[in-house]
Amino acid sequence: MEPRRKGLKPAALVIGGGIAGMQASLDIANAGFLVYLIEREPSIGGHMAQLDKTFPTLDCSSCILTPKMVDVARHPNIQLISYAEVVGVDGGIGHFKVRVKQKPRYVDVDRCTGCGLCVEACRLKGRITSEFDVGVSKRGAAYIPFPQAVPLKATIDPERCVFITRGVCGKIPACKEACAAEAIDFEQKEEMTELEVRAIIVATGFDLFDAHLKPEFGYGLYPNVITGLQFERLSSASGPTRGKITLNGQEPKKVVFIQCVGSRDKSVGVEYCSRVCCMYTAKQAHLVKEKIPDAEVTVLYIDVRAFGKGFEEFYDRVRGEGVVYRRGNPAEIYKKGERLIVMVEDTLLGESVQLEADLVVLATGITPRGDAENLADLLRLPSSSDGFFQEAHPKLRPVDTEREGVYLAGCCQGPKDIPDAVAQAKAAASSAIITLRNCMEVI
Amino acid sequence: MEGQDLAQAYRLFECIQCGRCTGGCPMSLKTRFNIRRLIYEALVYENIDLQSKEVLWDCSTCATCTLRCPKGLDPTDIVIGMRSILVEGGRIPPTIRDALKSLAIRGNPLTMAKEERADWAEGLGVKEISEGAKVLYFVGCSPSYDPRVQRVAKALVQAFKKADVDFGILGNEEVCCGSEARRVGETGLFEMLQELNLETLEPYPVELMVTTSPHCYNAFQNEYQGLDFKVQHYTQFVAGLIDEGKLPLSKEVKRIVTYQDPCFLGKQNKIFEEPRKILKSIPGLELRELDRSRERSLCCEGGGGRMWAEGTNPEERLAHTRVQEAMDLGAEVLATACPFCLLTLEDAAKTVAGEIEVMDIMELVVEAL
Repeated sequence: MEPRRKGLKPAALVIGGGIAGMQASLDIANAGFLVYLIEREPSIGGHMAQLDKTFPTLDCSSCILTPKMVDVARHPNIQLISYAEVVGVDGGIGHFKVRVKQKPRYVDVDRCTGCGLCVEACRLKGRITSEFDVGVSKRGAAYIPFPQAVPLKATIDPERCVFITRGVCGKIPACKEACAAEAIDFEQKEEMTELEVRAIIVATGFDLFDAHLKPEFGYGLYPNVITGLQFERLSSASGPTRGKITLNGQEPKKVVFIQCVGSRDKSVGVEYCSRVCCMYTAKQAHLVKEKIPDAEVTVLYIDVRAFGKGFEEFYDRVRGEGVVYRRGNPAEIYKKGERLIVMVEDTLLGESVQLEADLVVLATGITPRGDAENLADLLRLPSSSDGFFQEAHPKLRPVDTEREGVYLAGCCQGPKDIPDAVAQAKAAASSAIITLRNCMEVI
Repeated sequence: MEGQDLAQAYRLFECIQCGRCTGGCPMSLKTRFNIRRLIYEALVYENIDLQSKEVLWDCSTCATCTLRCPKGLDPTDIVIGMRSILVEGGRIPPTIRDALKSLAIRGNPLTMAKEERADWAEGLGVKEISEGAKVLYFVGCSPSYDPRVQRVAKALVQAFKKADVDFGILGNEEVCCGSEARRVGETGLFEMLQELNLETLEPYPVELMVTTSPHCYNAFQNEYQGLDFKVQHYTQFVAGLIDEGKLPLSKEVKRIVTYQDPCFLGKQNKIFEEPRKILKSIPGLELRELDRSRERSLCCEGGGGRMWAEGTNPEERLAHTRVQEAMDLGAEVLATACPFCLLTLEDAAKTVAGEIEVMDIMELVVEAL
């Protein structure tokens, strides 16, 4: 155990700034310890920032999330390191040495006011798929991922920026010309920092199942076949359509939701249930009915899993609003004229039917992050057979890992809804705080 | 056989009754055939009455159900298992029975003479594999005997010669691969044909077998035990020849072409690119894709013994739907790479208003030579 340096608070590292990582950071910071929160994207917020309403209470997701994001940014004990990645971890409990790569934003964050002039000026404005809007909108090479981003700073996409890739962008790059604060800095380089921490919380979240892997649904081929997360962006009041559910300006009148896309499906290597899709689909079906009352809304399902607090009640409410649940998971979608045809057996009728639809929403499931294996190697963490990080004991040590001093929070351990992710984050924070205190006593 | 035996043999207890098998089944829209329900009946009834299930003969074994099943079950194989119970009990459509009889006696289902199998190759200068060659061209039954499909075999020979491929055929020694026998539930006959073929092949130092039919390809590639050489469908082999520059396609073929993915090539063996690669290599040819293509391709209804039996709804034909879709696309040619697709689609093309030609990819290739 290393002696504690004088004047330094013992510190913890939290990897990932989604709702789980934010909650864990706030709890540890409130207990009086220092927290380094590393987020690889330009802003914290994670997937929760992308959601419109949350089930089953229909709270506005960003309304409850944004204050927490601001708390994280303002907390004196939290050092937020965004647009950065953990690239090395040595040592062990009480004395981890963590190498962090700060990616260049090409924007001086001390000068940048987040005014967005560079975003407006960028020559590629509206030409690059927005990750935040999951392709529902386009951004430029200079961008702020969403209006409530924390930190509210511009980032220049090094893979797309013409000046960075080709060395020329007009006489003077448009962003540079537009920035009154003189914050654009193409000289920025990658920087490496080393942090000393006593405990680590992994809260790296999840990826959504890639719907292209189910080619029978024509995702990517038919613009009116979208994923659940894309629906969230369409439905969100702060999204590209300002909350109007429209495709090419048209309001859909026949909407079909398909459950279990990339969940409970061995044919794509995903054996588990993703736990959130039944309820987010019920919520989205409700939102369609609310926004387009004369729309015909059909949910195609295998089993409805409404197991959480208030879930079954919400499922009852949604059906009561006129959403039709038909039992049967579709096999194929094809096009007939401008309409989509969903091929499904209504298993309760025992009849194959062809449902017409002008919007199909795929309830894509939760998968381990594409870079989870990489992080598992860095931290020497075991993964379970489903690819998620493995807890030390499935019943009694749900947030500990085989590696002492490393704890898990949120969907990196397995699919979870928001309250479960928050609860696990608080549990992980509690474990980390115990470790931080014990280290102090040793010294 | 009792339901429970079927359930054990085919892991039916693992089925979650989601309906993807039947939802994707091209037959379920036109007949009462419902594999999801049959699985359920086998699970819950002490004795499932298969004898009355004439619909079992509707299945074309396209295997879309197997592809879609989220639990790794094989509904196609379940149908085959149920059929074998019917076959054992002698409940079998007479046309299928005749085909099977012919297979057992003559090695082909077309009631043609064994010694006429290689007649199509007369005068083409094709050597027999016994004279020594690295590549064995396994011709198959329809390409050997059916005058329409013989043109495909001849086109392949022409292309092989142009590319200087050292190849031979089994000649009259060749017998059916047994794919269709297995799919109508005659497992014993399939095993017999497999043994015959393996015995015949044993003495020849073949490095590669190339087949005309995706059905033969699938049988040799996935179902035969003990083959010690590589097997390719001709689209894979010919795409390779084009890649290596051995088969220069120089003449323009100014036609608008669309392509039907044969189920046994595409859905069942994921060979989607090679046929398209060949078509795109033909100068002047415009390839238009059908909306339902690749993994969503629509079966022509020619497999699983359906070349010999009409099924319970012979009026509505999927091949007819397919030809119509091709015409709506403005295609002048509906190309495919399977003898069964070729025959069923060509039959259907005769009944639609308007002009469309049904061709095998190889026939387009030789136009470009």
